[in-house]
Amino acid sequence: MTTTSTASGTRKLTIARAMAEATAQEMRTDPSVFVMGEDVGPLGGVFGNTRGLHEEFGPERILDTPISETAFIGAAVGAASDGMRPIVELMFVDFLGVCFDAIYNMMAKNTYFSGGKVRVPMVLMTSTGGGYSDAGQHSQCLYGTFAHLPGMKVVVPSNAYDAKGLMTAAIRDDNPVVFMYHKALQGMGWLGTEKGATVPVPEESYTVEIGRASVVREGQDLTLVSLGAGVHHCLRAAKTLADEGFDAEVVDLRSLVPLDRETVRASVAKTGRLIVVDEDYHSYGVSGEIIASVVEHDHRLKAAPARVAYPDIPIPFAPTMEQWALPNADKIVAAFHQMLSQ
Amino acid sequence: MQPTSEQRRWMYRQMVTSRHLEERIETLYMEGKTPVFNMAKGPIPGEMHLSNGQEPCAVGVCAHLNAEDVVVATHRPHHIAVAKGVDLNAMVAEIFGKATGLSGGRGGHMHLFDADVNFSCSGIIGESLGPAAGAVLSRKLQGKPGVAVAFLGEGAANQGAFHEALNLAAVWQLPVVFVIEDNAWGISVAKQASTAVPRNDLRASAYGMPGVHVADNDVDGVFAAAGQAIARAREGRGPTLIEIETSRLAGHFMGDGEDYRPEGEKEALQQRDPIPRYRQALLEAGLLDEAADTALVKEAHARVEAAIRFAQQSDFLPPEAALETVFV
Repeated sequence: MTTTSTASGTRKLTIARAMAEATAQEMRTDPSVFVMGEDVGPLGGVFGNTRGLHEEFGPERILDTPISETAFIGAAVGAASDGMRPIVELMFVDFLGVCFDAIYNMMAKNTYFSGGKVRVPMVLMTSTGGGYSDAGQHSQCLYGTFAHLPGMKVVVPSNAYDAKGLMTAAIRDDNPVVFMYHKALQGMGWLGTEKGATVPVPEESYTVEIGRASVVREGQDLTLVSLGAGVHHCLRAAKTLADEGFDAEVVDLRSLVPLDRETVRASVAKTGRLIVVDEDYHSYGVSGEIIASVVEHDHRLKAAPARVAYPDIPIPFAPTMEQWALPNADKIVAAFHQMLSQ
Repeated sequence: MQPTSEQRRWMYRQMVTSRHLEERIETLYMEGKTPVFNMAKGPIPGEMHLSNGQEPCAVGVCAHLNAEDVVVATHRPHHIAVAKGVDLNAMVAEIFGKATGLSGGRGGHMHLFDADVNFSCSGIIGESLGPAAGAVLSRKLQGKPGVAVAFLGEGAANQGAFHEALNLAAVWQLPVVFVIEDNAWGISVAKQASTAVPRNDLRASAYGMPGVHVADNDVDGVFAAAGQAIARAREGRGPTLIEIETSRLAGHFMGDGEDYRPEGEKEALQQRDPIPRYRQALLEAGLLDEAADTALVKEAHARVEAAIRFAQQSDFLPPEAALETVFV
């Protein structure tokens, strides 16, 4: 069953807690679900998303692995093909370089190469994003990199409600799903927590459909499309623009594969203006894909579409440089002003 | 561990079957590729890695396996697929890219998946080990029986994936056997030019598991080593690494000029072709006579010919079927 983001619930959870709760609930009902990765056991995950699981399910189902991403992600492919539903963690998405073969040559292709006969129902969860001076090997998003390669579903939650529902849906999916969670949204204080990500989450199990975007704010004058942490920048920008008398609609993509182009097109058809906000690199990524998806459908825009994305540079360490490069609400507002002056 | 008479005849028959398949593929592959070699032409386009000479590795290991056991093979998979019992018609049809192939032609010869006998392979060097380990992790978690065998070439022992997977399998004591087919050549680079140790089974000690070496492409030697390793895995005593000294009688792939081989090497390897040698051994042991051999060879060849006819007579999927099965 799909539940919408407006469902009731008074208890607020962080994304980290929501991910752990979804995993625990699936593990209680489905013995084929297990978790492996670095520090997912007694530590509860460096980003908190397996907290409490080792205590409840023990070391047989919550496996701390050696620092060997190639081996354990490859092993997850083997286990998934053999009837299990592994959840594996790639601690930082930036670490893809040491194991990408297991991800895109096996996890993503075995179903196709078997003509659909081999199912690979696994979840690869991985942290994204910067903003806390961890520099370019621990701060990337790489959304476009994963979404570009066929054979993997890709989800990016912006809040705990969606995180729980998308995690449940990802675990139940018969296909590989990459679950990309932004560090600043996790609710771990030391990563500069975004308060808007901690929202009411129902205690019962539910799914959020993979491939369905969400209009998180309705408006008439401008469409802001984003994902993950960018959604919160958009909401702040929308507030500023509202004070100036402009009504921005905010679309949270939630899934990159499949991509809900229809919701984006419908919004832009209404507002006539589009700004895409992405913490991933400017070129060859989500922002270009969204803009292409709109303009190739011949929408008559009131202004050329714009993007606020990460410049095409490795992510620098110094806070002065990193914060200058990151997307934020002010840049979105400025992009809109620019649009009006065209 | 000695093979029974029946097991020895079974291994011989599988080797004859696999060899005939490779010889027929070799001929068919060259159709349309002369006088100018163009990999995209002919009824079997693309890269083709023949396994002639490496048959002992496949049969000596697979003689100990059931359909429920898992095998993950390499880019050179035909002999192993035959020995593991992959549906021959569907396999050959896949090599031709036909609708009746294992995956309707989406995979081709380097990507053969037959879930009925738990067989898969991959075109990437070193990719067999992780999935094999994971498949038996799955069995452990499910309380289901079964061991896994990952085949790899000697060149793959220099990949990070090899070392990561050996460590993982040992630290979790997984029922998996890693079988290195040492054909002495990583494409054109000789083993001694790429590998810091003379034998890769020596590397097992770094991961606290037994390392076993089989010399001279010896069918019964492979059988004995694999039998012990697989029994050990079934008893829950963890992984084993085996290196088999085998021979690549063909090039790395078809079209390979093999100029890198020292003069006389290929002829010497052909002199030591494991199939005539094994035939001779069975004749001498009284497990085979000329008439039985003729009948066995005829039957094996007929099976291969039937599979080839099946493939040739099958249609291709409509091109737009390429869009299907990305997701299930």
